[in-house]
Amino acid sequence: MQFSGGKMRKQRLAGDQRSACYPHSLQFYLQPPSENISLIEFENLAIDRVKLLKSVENLGVSHMKGTDEYQNKLEAELRRLKFSYRENLEDEYEPRRRDHISHFILRLAYCQSEDLRRWFIQQEMDLLRFRFSILPKDKIQDFLKDSHLQFEAISDEGKNLREQEIIASSPSLSGPHLDMETIYKIPFADALDLFRGRRVYLEDGFAYVPLKDIVAIILNEFRAKLSKALAVTLHSIPLLLSDENQRLQPLLNHTGHSYTGQDYSTQRNAGKISLDQIDLLSTKSFPPCMRQLHKALRENHHLRHGGRMQYGLFLKGIGLTLEQALQFWKQEFVRGKMDPDKFEKGYSYNIRHSFGKEGKRTDYTPFSCLKIILTNPPSQGDYHGCPFRHSDPELLKQKLQSYAISPGGINQILDLVKGTHYQVACQKYFEMLHNVDDCGFSLTHPNQFFFESQRILNGGKDIKKESIQPETQPKPSAQKTKDASSALASLNSSLEMDMEGLEDYFSG
Amino acid sequence: METFDSADLPELLKLYYRRLFPYAQYYRWLNYGGVTKNYFQNREFSFTLKDDIYIRYQSFNNQSELEKEIQKMNPYKIDIGAVYSHRPSQHNTVKLGAFQAQEKELVFDIDMTDYDDVRRCCSSADICSKCWTLMTMAIRIIDRALKEDFGFKHRLWVYSGRRGVHCWVCDESVRKLSSAVRSGIVEYLSLVKGGADIKKKVHLSEKIHPFVRRSINIIKKYFEEYALVGQDILEDRESWDKILALVPEMMHDELQRDFQKCQSSLQRWEHLKDTASKYQSNNKNDKCGPWLEWEIMLQYCFPRLDINVSKGINHLLKSPFSVHPKTGRISVPIDLQKVDQFDPFAVPTISSICHELNIISTNEEENEAESDVKRKTRGYKKTGLAPYVKVFEQFLEKLDESRKGELLKKSDLQKDF
Ligand code: SF4
Ligand SMILES: [Zn+2]
Repeated sequence: MQFSGGKMRKQRLAGDQRSACYPHSLQFYLQPPSENISLIEFENLAIDRVKLLKSVENLGVSHMKGTDEYQNKLEAELRRLKFSYRENLEDEYEPRRRDHISHFILRLAYCQSEDLRRWFIQQEMDLLRFRFSILPKDKIQDFLKDSHLQFEAISDEGKNLREQEIIASSPSLSGPHLDMETIYKIPFADALDLFRGRRVYLEDGFAYVPLKDIVAIILNEFRAKLSKALAVTLHSIPLLLSDENQRLQPLLNHTGHSYTGQDYSTQRNAGKISLDQIDLLSTKSFPPCMRQLHKALRENHHLRHGGRMQYGLFLKGIGLTLEQALQFWKQEFVRGKMDPDKFEKGYSYNIRHSFGKEGKRTDYTPFSCLKIILTNPPSQGDYHGCPFRHSDPELLKQKLQSYAISPGGINQILDLVKGTHYQVACQKYFEMLHNVDDCGFSLTHPNQFFFESQRILNGGKDIKKESIQPETQPKPSAQKTKDASSALASLNSSLEMDMEGLEDYFSG
Repeated sequence: METFDSADLPELLKLYYRRLFPYAQYYRWLNYGGVTKNYFQNREFSFTLKDDIYIRYQSFNNQSELEKEIQKMNPYKIDIGAVYSHRPSQHNTVKLGAFQAQEKELVFDIDMTDYDDVRRCCSSADICSKCWTLMTMAIRIIDRALKEDFGFKHRLWVYSGRRGVHCWVCDESVRKLSSAVRSGIVEYLSLVKGGADIKKKVHLSEKIHPFVRRSINIIKKYFEEYALVGQDILEDRESWDKILALVPEMMHDELQRDFQKCQSSLQRWEHLKDTASKYQSNNKNDKCGPWLEWEIMLQYCFPRLDINVSKGINHLLKSPFSVHPKTGRISVPIDLQKVDQFDPFAVPTISSICHELNIISTNEEENEAESDVKRKTRGYKKTGLAPYVKVFEQFLEKLDESRKGELLKKSDLQKDF
């Protein structure tokens, strides 16, 4: 894609060429746009699409996806922002073009960190799901073909043979017979989202998917393609942003930053905490997920992998230096009768790794609530996860009692948990713990919990203030970037801070 | 059998790696017919040496290099990692980020320590013949699904040497699976969910997926003898309270009364089933009846997989025929035809097979003319390791057959053009 300076140099296409460009109201975005657009249009498209995706996110939270209300509101939003949504409408060229280009612009802005990518992919998937759901039946085959997805429907004989199994496996099917249902047979790996939750029948390496569920396959394919594309985009950004497109850089930064929180990987706070403070901090300022990990570690002198990751990165985020982290873990593990040598050889590597000192040298980012709540649920012997999400209500209640939360507060929290509002429940806990009426922030990250708590406890003298405010003003690019890695670093100001911090603390 | 003393390990390992380790078969496995260039050469091995010295990123050009290196280092433990884009031994010389794990067998690790909340005989690293049935059930359930549901043909099950089993799925297409699909497979195969803070760890939906139904059918074959007799899971108040915690409140009073009157876990279990089905007919919403019965059976018997081991392509797993440094037992392949008979306590230890070898050697000492090569190749054959190597060879045969089939198919295709 080319971005021209000021003037419009848009190509105008003749009617039939135009419909050949975009045969459907939805697309898989296989080809990037090739036309030139102005910086102003670029910016407007970016903003409109962010608005759209933000609406997609909000609607997904406030409504059940797929309900009439959800569908209607989303359709209204698409119409308002002039993006394509329905097949068979008169001249849909412009909305489809807007859809196409704006999607690719946001790829640039949202490829830059894991959290951004995850958010973007999620909203784009919900959007595609909606558009597919209103696609007329007779267009489905066409769309699949144009998107290079070909599925084979099984014969009636094959259907009858497995009728009971297919029905028992597919929640979307009701009734005792398959009758008119079309069943597709596809390699199991392509049906990841269905089989992982046992929502499809598997036999000899194939998934037997009813038409109603085929959308899951399409979304899966879409996700895979999109996340691969984002990785590629990330690597090509330095090229894209060569001299003439310098102006895009702040714009991209801003677009990405506006809708995700801070990632708390910064090392600004490193060294501000001493190890003997941790016990106290764990009861006063840690969110329940970390408090529980800390307690388990002190009691068992051991944590399994999931716990070590979740807790270790959190500690890094609140300011433990690498040396402190090594000492902290070693102390506990050795107390748990681990041979100090074994620690050095086994765990110390991982800790150094998580600080980016070994292996790929990627700097691991502390986990966000979303990540903790949605991925890698704890199993037997694990203490990680989010207590609001991963504890039986009864046990959660006991835990909160032991934290001296009032019975009234506990009931409120349990109600929120019942409604699956885990983070809001955690905010409530925060308010109880600090005796404030309104915590005044919306919780997205355990480290945020910690910083906000410290801010209150330290009476507003916020030593860490600079690090919890997302950078709103993009830094002007200070140095002319020469190699790919430094160009990337300057793309994302928080990332840059990160690198500086690491350098400061570990080079000397 | 010779008892194993870990103080002898260094000496025993020397002998084991010089005369007994089945290098030829081992290489034949990991070379996969040499179909993909550098497949063996780019494979990571890691060694754990004495005093837990751990060295990663070992790789070898061929069988003899592997042999020499193992005999030089005498590792306490050998792990197998992924096939990388470059030789792991040279990973430092490759441009940052270019060194990538590309393929690996899909592996599963089932460890008895994960069952501590449902075992009454032992805990943590200990196992006994009573709880070993958990592993037997695990193998049958997982193996059936891998074979029938996923269509995987080449599954090697291995005793870990101490308290669990590993599975290596080696089909060509499987070795290429992404880590997302690997996690998906583990999720499909997982039913017991939740950590120490969740009491009820199995929740079945109204519709029972064929995978679940078939798993329950397998558990049914073992449940009475294993859980009700062996583990005696309803033996006394303390143990049945744990089970009542999984049962809807409204049934508690009645069951408490009944349980006290009964003589055995068997009787109590019958009561529980009856009561559950009684409640089911007048209660639509609460899942009682067979669901409740099944949920309990699954919580007590269904395999618990460690997702982290299976998910990562670059995750290392203890190699077959490695020695367990604590027990001295060899990590041997398990014959799927005889899973029920597999006895972890009958698995040879390094001491026992070295001892057997010494007896043979002294008997044959007169026969000086025997060449070194000959002695080496037949070393294990006269020891308790032989039947296990045989199982391994059968597995390799099947791999070879598939490969030949593939080649034929390809050449047929070519002929068509
Ligand atoms: S909501 Fe977030 S901070 Fe609170 S316990 Fe859960 S994961 Fe931790
Ligand atoms: Zn036991």
